[in-house]
Amino acid sequence: MYTILKKEALNEFTVRMTVSAPMAAHRARAGQFVILRADARGERIPLTVAGYDREAGTVDVIFQIVGGATMSLASKREGEAVEDFAGPLGVPTRTDGLKKVAVIGGGVGCAIALPVVRELRAQGADVLSVIGFRTKGLVILEEEFRALSDRCVLVTDDASLGEKGNVCAPLSRILAAGEQFDEVFAAGPLPMMKAVAETTRPYAVKTVASMNPIMIDGTGMCGCCRVTVGGERKFACVDGPEFDAHLIDFDEAMLRLRTYAPFEARARERHCNLFRMRSEEES
Amino acid sequence: MESYNADPKMSPMPVLDPAERSKNFSEVALGYDEETAVAEARRCLGCKARPCVSGCPVGVPIPEFIACVKAGEFGKAYAKLSEATSLPAVCGRVCPQEKQCEAQCVRGRKGDPVGIGRLERFVADRHAEENEKTERPQTNGHRVAVVGSGPAGLSCAGDLAKMGYAVTVFEALHAAGGVLVYGIPEFRLPKAIVRREIDGLRTMGVEIVTNAVAGRSFTVEELFGRYEAVFLGTGAGLPNFMDIPGENAKGVFSANEYLTRINLMKANEEDSETPVFRAERVAVVGGGNVAMDAARCARRLGAEVTVVYRRSEEELPARREEAEHAREEGVGFRYLTNPVEILTDAEHNVTGLKCVKMRLGEADGSGRRSPVAVEGSEFTLAADCVIMAIGTSPNPLVARTTEGLVTDGRGRIAADGEGQTSLAGVFAGGDAVTGSATVILAMGAGKRAARAIDNYIRSRA
Repeated sequence: MYTILKKEALNEFTVRMTVSAPMAAHRARAGQFVILRADARGERIPLTVAGYDREAGTVDVIFQIVGGATMSLASKREGEAVEDFAGPLGVPTRTDGLKKVAVIGGGVGCAIALPVVRELRAQGADVLSVIGFRTKGLVILEEEFRALSDRCVLVTDDASLGEKGNVCAPLSRILAAGEQFDEVFAAGPLPMMKAVAETTRPYAVKTVASMNPIMIDGTGMCGCCRVTVGGERKFACVDGPEFDAHLIDFDEAMLRLRTYAPFEARARERHCNLFRMRSEEES
Repeated sequence: MESYNADPKMSPMPVLDPAERSKNFSEVALGYDEETAVAEARRCLGCKARPCVSGCPVGVPIPEFIACVKAGEFGKAYAKLSEATSLPAVCGRVCPQEKQCEAQCVRGRKGDPVGIGRLERFVADRHAEENEKTERPQTNGHRVAVVGSGPAGLSCAGDLAKMGYAVTVFEALHAAGGVLVYGIPEFRLPKAIVRREIDGLRTMGVEIVTNAVAGRSFTVEELFGRYEAVFLGTGAGLPNFMDIPGENAKGVFSANEYLTRINLMKANEEDSETPVFRAERVAVVGGGNVAMDAARCARRLGAEVTVVYRRSEEELPARREEAEHAREEGVGFRYLTNPVEILTDAEHNVTGLKCVKMRLGEADGSGRRSPVAVEGSEFTLAADCVIMAIGTSPNPLVARTTEGLVTDGRGRIAADGEGQTSLAGVFAGGDAVTGSATVILAMGAGKRAARAIDNYIRSRA
């Protein structure tokens, strides 16, 4: 039984859950993900390991409610269980030897970035965090980033909180001022990660992006998560999810993410009703 | 003793009407009834030399189980089958009998061979209908871990359990069965049958842990804290692609992805959360059973389907019955045809498959004549979806995370005929060792490894 021990709304559309999953917890590391299914008829949803407690045997996941499957998941209450929870999957973030790192998080991608910040700080690295959101209401994990990072810059597209603009503005300013980093780590929407890669390219600073392609099994079987990196076919589930951002074909990845868009509307509508019912009960 | 049936023809298998079945996922072949089974069994000569048994990778005592069917002793027939196979209802449905047992049958020299596969299926289904008890063996107190719950793992687990071992099977997905569940479609192997066979193993005391990913959730090394030996039946992994332009377009899928969405995730059903690509014209590249499965699934989802295969019909590696069923259901075949490019529109959607015609040249290393492109023969097949069914490479997770486990240049785990790997106490079999092969070969490997594991543990006791 993968019981939901804690459930918390980080904003109107984003939920954090602490799930009892001892097998996944005992080897989980920053940068990895899990695949869970809310119910027996549910989709396999890949979600980043947003935190873990090996002793308690728990893994935290953070997800945005975007479609049918995440709505079913969000309608689960504390004390209820999810049907399946497999992990950890993917290769952990490589932090060895890094002394100074800029970690860039965009939107719900901050859930991926935060454990990376935590791991870097634990090994004594100097961390600049730049976190960006569309608007104030969508901000998540601000306090955690501020508490863990040496410096933290928050931006919103509409200037409703922090600096106005996207994450590339402060990053570009800091790089232009001559500051050096061992690595820039980016997690967020594909257009953002692409923009970060373009921002850092002229400075030749090593840049890593955490990819989030469509997946089914997540264990190296279906080939759905293929990403072109430096002209080679890589599978995000077993070779990634992190790759050299200067080599990733982001345009192709963006197109591939839309593969099932025409077929998902129906499921979403069905789940909307269920979700609405349960959230009305809760409020 | 019943009289001998001299009919040169194999008793026909009743099947669903092609026009009807190409719109649903119900099982196509319906199975023999008792009368037909006994009549077919009476075609068996009961040869002393048992050539059929030599054609079976798991050595099913074929004349003996058929003799029980002749005598109407179906329970005994099942017991005979069980001596050699843990999954008779599966083997009876998916084995390429025409290349194995039935290819060796003496009756096949003049007329059809005995329908061994069909009789095996009958006996297994009859056993299930009558809900006959599976015996729980006496335990011997030794523990073995089996990684992967596909045909290799299940057969290894079943045999070890029969010998009294306490067996735990670790499965990465949420459902046990491996390729039997995610790969082979419902209309060829109903999932209820796979569940029944797995429930049979559970009854024998086999424990199955799902959502346990080898090399990620646990390592092989860790297993030795709790188990004395480990069997790796991790199966085939990452799908192969052709490395032609357009392969990452929207609408190009590996057969693994397409089939997993349908078979494991039930994406064809109305209330499934998992979507599947609904196409109008599907091109399936490849000629094996997986290609047939993908083509027939696409047909059932309403598409016009063409199988594109680079050799001729004669070389088609698929089980004969599958290709026949596909044809009956309206799947088209383009032989001696090889894709060179997937054409796309501005949005990166598939619009067609550019192909060349092939001719057969000299025999290659595998003994098959290798196809050569015919110059100037390019043509375009209209398609909005392309499914690549051209084999797989082994899953890299276990090899990458198990120190000292030797693999070959293609990532396949190195193991001898008994499944012994480079590590003491670690055995392997099935597609993880051989690369993409058949259910029955994987079962045979699992079975041999079970014997080797038994010898290994006894030698240490």
